Amino acid sequence: MFDSVLVANRGEIARRVIRTARQMGIRAVAVYSDADADLPYVHEAGQAVHIGPSQPARSYLDAGAIIEAARKTGAAAVHPGYGFLAENADFARQVIAAGLIWVGPDPAAIEQMGDKIRARNLMERAGVPVSPGSREPVTDVAAAVAEADRIGYPVMVKAAAGGGGIGMGVAAGAAELQAAFETARSRAERFFGSPEILLERYVARARHVEVQILGLADGTVLALGERDCSVQRRHQKVAEETPSPGVSGGLREQMLAAAVRAGQAVGYSGAGTVECLVDTQDGSFVFLEMNTRLQVEHPVTELVTGIDLVEQQFLIAAGDPPSFDPAAVRSAGHALELRVYAEDPVRFLPGPGTITEWAEPEGDGIRVDAGYQAGNTVTPFYDPLLAKLCVYAADRPSALERARKAVAGFAVAGPKTNLAFHAELLDNPEFVSGDYDTSLISRMRPS
Amino acid sequence: MAEIRAEMVANVWKVVAAEGDHVDDGDTLVILESMKMEIPVLAESSGTVTKMHVAEGDVVQEDDLIAEIS
Repeated sequence: MFDSVLVANRGEIARRVIRTARQMGIRAVAVYSDADADLPYVHEAGQAVHIGPSQPARSYLDAGAIIEAARKTGAAAVHPGYGFLAENADFARQVIAAGLIWVGPDPAAIEQMGDKIRARNLMERAGVPVSPGSREPVTDVAAAVAEADRIGYPVMVKAAAGGGGIGMGVAAGAAELQAAFETARSRAERFFGSPEILLERYVARARHVEVQILGLADGTVLALGERDCSVQRRHQKVAEETPSPGVSGGLREQMLAAAVRAGQAVGYSGAGTVECLVDTQDGSFVFLEMNTRLQVEHPVTELVTGIDLVEQQFLIAAGDPPSFDPAAVRSAGHALELRVYAEDPVRFLPGPGTITEWAEPEGDGIRVDAGYQAGNTVTPFYDPLLAKLCVYAADRPSALERARKAVAGFAVAGPKTNLAFHAELLDNPEFVSGDYDTSLISRMRPS
Repeated sequence: MAEIRAEMVANVWKVVAAEGDHVDDGDTLVILESMKMEIPVLAESSGTVTKMHVAEGDVVQEDDLIAEIS
């Protein structure tokens, strides 16, 4: 096992990775921008390096500054967290070229899965179901219209190099397609540096269900269960749970097996997630994309399996076996994660500000992964995630009840928060029944 | 004369309207960006942009003046 790791990220995920590093006796180095100097993760790391101004391009996305910080502090490895450079194959190559251990999969796997069109084609060849969609980038509106005619409306227009739900739109017909295409293309360019667009058949009543995979050091690929991430606004996740109330035993087996095939197809190493859409009308599923990193919502899998995924990432990166018996993975109980965002609970618009009060709920089956504490300022430069409120209980109704109390017991003042939305979600009949899909929030907020 | 102000702390991503432009109610004046979300700032009446107070790359605070329309 290496003796030190630089965590190339910020906020709650940096704090969470640092926590496991410290538990394993690995010296943790944090990096921070001007805006983040007072955040808890900076003080919980053994060492912290100021790497630049608040704009991500000049700090958390500055590969040179990060590698220099690793050199300066003698860090042996780099953990990229999620977002920022986590799925940047060039950064992974630079880390490796600098003689550091990259805590993640091979850069080639990152590249293959980072291009959504290439990923779809590869999965299809590996026998993983994919929805009708583009086999090549769609270059202009005329090509988009022809492609949509071939695939069949409605279509989802998305950035081929994208992620995080950004730059996606649905078109029900040719008239809407032009606008959807132009918006997706400009967002693709701005956020992901590539204007390439793909179209996919849109599944109207779908559940977003993903599978956690782990590529072990010996080459075995394991599936550690699924997560239902259908509670979304602007195509971004707001709440996740496991097991998925919409996935039966038979479907689960098929999805987990397909996820293992997906990981094997790219020789996957480390923690990864295979995202799928389940068509609620016929119970079929298709591959959407594979994320070659740890996901925001990984805690719910940790809570039901008892496995620390960051610990496994470190072990795999060091070439060691996992800390658990791969043949004896057991899931028990039900876990739910609620993303506490700095946004208003009605229209979900960003509401940054200085935190004047911060009191987390505590107790049995409650886990809070927070990026901030009282006195910190939430700025507009980064995503709006303040904390992940996770609950675990023996079954779903108990988990929901535990979550209601936890939400009521979470006091935050200063920035806006969506805690009132979560309280509403936990009493929403559709959500409580378990029979919900990705259009749930649009029904809760018709406009 | 109408004053258009920022509703929240944000970065000025794009300045769409220039001083001297005629704008109609609902036209986009600037696009702010906060926490990975784009927020268009719209004209609330028709008129001419007499003053644009922000430039691309600025950070605006809540209530900062963005533009004036007459």
